Amino acid sequence: MQTYTLLRSFADSWYLLFMALFFVGIIAWAWRPGSRKVQQEVAASIFRNDDRPAGDGADAPSQRQSQGAR
Amino acid sequence: MWDYVKLIVLAAVAVLAAIAASYARDLAYLVHMMIFMLAAVAAFLWQIRHMGEAVHNEKEYMDGVIRYGVIATCFWGIVGFLVGVVIAFQLAFPELNLALLEGFGNFGRLRPLHTSAVIFAFGGNALIASSFYVVQRTTAARLFGGNLAWFVFWGYQVFILMAATGYVLGSTQGQEYAEPEWLTDLWLTVVWVAYLLIFMGTLIKRREPHIYVANWFYLSFIVTVAMLHIVNNLQIPVSFLGSRSIPVWSGVQSAMVQWWYGHNAVGFFLTAGFLGMMYYFIPKQAERPVYSYKLSIIHFWALIFLYIWAGPHHLHYTALPDWAQTLGMTFSIMLWMPSWGGMINGLMTLSGAWDKLRTDPVIRMMVVAVGFYGMATFEGPMMSIRAVNSLSHYTDWTIGHVHSGALGWNGMITFGALYYLVPKLWKRERLYSLSLVSWHFWLATIGIVLYAASMWVTGIMEGLMWREVDAQGFLVNSFADTVAAKFPMNVVRGTGGLMFLTGALIMCYNLWMTVRKVGEAKPATAAVAAE
Repeated sequence: MQTYTLLRSFADSWYLLFMALFFVGIIAWAWRPGSRKVQQEVAASIFRNDDRPAGDGADAPSQRQSQGAR
Repeated sequence: MWDYVKLIVLAAVAVLAAIAASYARDLAYLVHMMIFMLAAVAAFLWQIRHMGEAVHNEKEYMDGVIRYGVIATCFWGIVGFLVGVVIAFQLAFPELNLALLEGFGNFGRLRPLHTSAVIFAFGGNALIASSFYVVQRTTAARLFGGNLAWFVFWGYQVFILMAATGYVLGSTQGQEYAEPEWLTDLWLTVVWVAYLLIFMGTLIKRREPHIYVANWFYLSFIVTVAMLHIVNNLQIPVSFLGSRSIPVWSGVQSAMVQWWYGHNAVGFFLTAGFLGMMYYFIPKQAERPVYSYKLSIIHFWALIFLYIWAGPHHLHYTALPDWAQTLGMTFSIMLWMPSWGGMINGLMTLSGAWDKLRTDPVIRMMVVAVGFYGMATFEGPMMSIRAVNSLSHYTDWTIGHVHSGALGWNGMITFGALYYLVPKLWKRERLYSLSLVSWHFWLATIGIVLYAASMWVTGIMEGLMWREVDAQGFLVNSFADTVAAKFPMNVVRGTGGLMFLTGALIMCYNLWMTVRKVGEAKPATAAVAAE
């Protein structure tokens, strides 16, 4: 069998199926229950750490706490 | 120890480049080796004066290289727009192909200089600088790799100089947006891998649990451009002492690889990368989170899944098999959906804050950018339909389409990002003048409208004239007839470009005065108290 034919039949079948499922999987993952809270949290993440990196020991959760305290 | 290794490498590069220059087989190669030699000597001198100094403070962001990037973006923007205006008027008034500059300054030599200067020099510097800014702020970590970021910045400027001098001296492989010859290609590959290392390294050492969507877009831009660049530039040098090379691909495969590259350069360089800017700078300037984070995830994956297949629409009615043409057309049309999803996401980020459009010319600029993104991503799929393409292909309609995307989307979103970045990076409390921003906004917008409208008219006219046949079936118009008929539209196009350039000059003045004249921003006392 020619390499072209082999690759072509693979691309038209299993790989196509894999990509289609992968794509559908991502959409399902984005819409999974409970994703909204995480996504809102990520969307708001650009409003902190504007001037300097997160400090030592003060990892993201505590950083968020001080953010909330303000 | 590491510093000594660097010194030895730099010295070796300088000596080898000097030797290669003396054996050069053509002028372009000679100039490129001289550039290498001078760059290595300059880096050597800098290194010898800063031995053992490279201590990086992990408690601060690395902003110096971003400031340089912003300056380079402004500089190359002006250069690229200026060359664009010159070649636009060369098309209207051929006498501007001055006899004095014959062989160097005529349209054929300057045209790739313009496209590469605006896409790779202006757009590329804007992308590198803004990605360094965004990735640090959204990961809450300093850039990975220390001075590697400086290598990427200066290495990229060397690439630009090599490409630009190569075009003027006639060293080109004649592939659109991929004109530089093998030596320049190899150098860009080295710089690009370093860029990818910095970006990935920063993402890996992030202090935030999640990777913000803008970084996904930037990362896909860096990875895909590396892949495209390497595959499309597979070629064998004729000599290691000359700039000529022979491509590995041939025939229709060569054409397909070129337009797979060419269209994804638009898709990932000019779209995905700049969408990274949109997803950070619009929410920041509007002071509201992005409208729908869910939509942004779907936007990202749908965009990269579809874009990569759209290239064949550049090869309608060629030797490319019909199924491949149809595939390219179909995916181009499907691409309309994620593009408009992204446009809606950008625009709706302003919902509840539409009043800012009246008071903040910077946000107005960003919104118009997103509007042009929507317009260009509607026009593109339409033009990829084979029947429409039979009219539009090879005409100025294509040029108009490219420019409503490039000037309207890439240009305007970059201007918006620059207006945001300069006060932040130089710690100024505000911009020097908002009314100058308004002047820039209107000059640029009207300039683009003049450009796009004149190109629609002349493009469709050209397409209709080319296909017009008389009762006996003979073509009615010669090519020169269409050139003559295009004259008024060419003048309008040049005028639009001139307005766009004037706006950019006003921006440079405004940003310069912001750094020079505006007082320092007061530190946010509340934030310090919370630490």
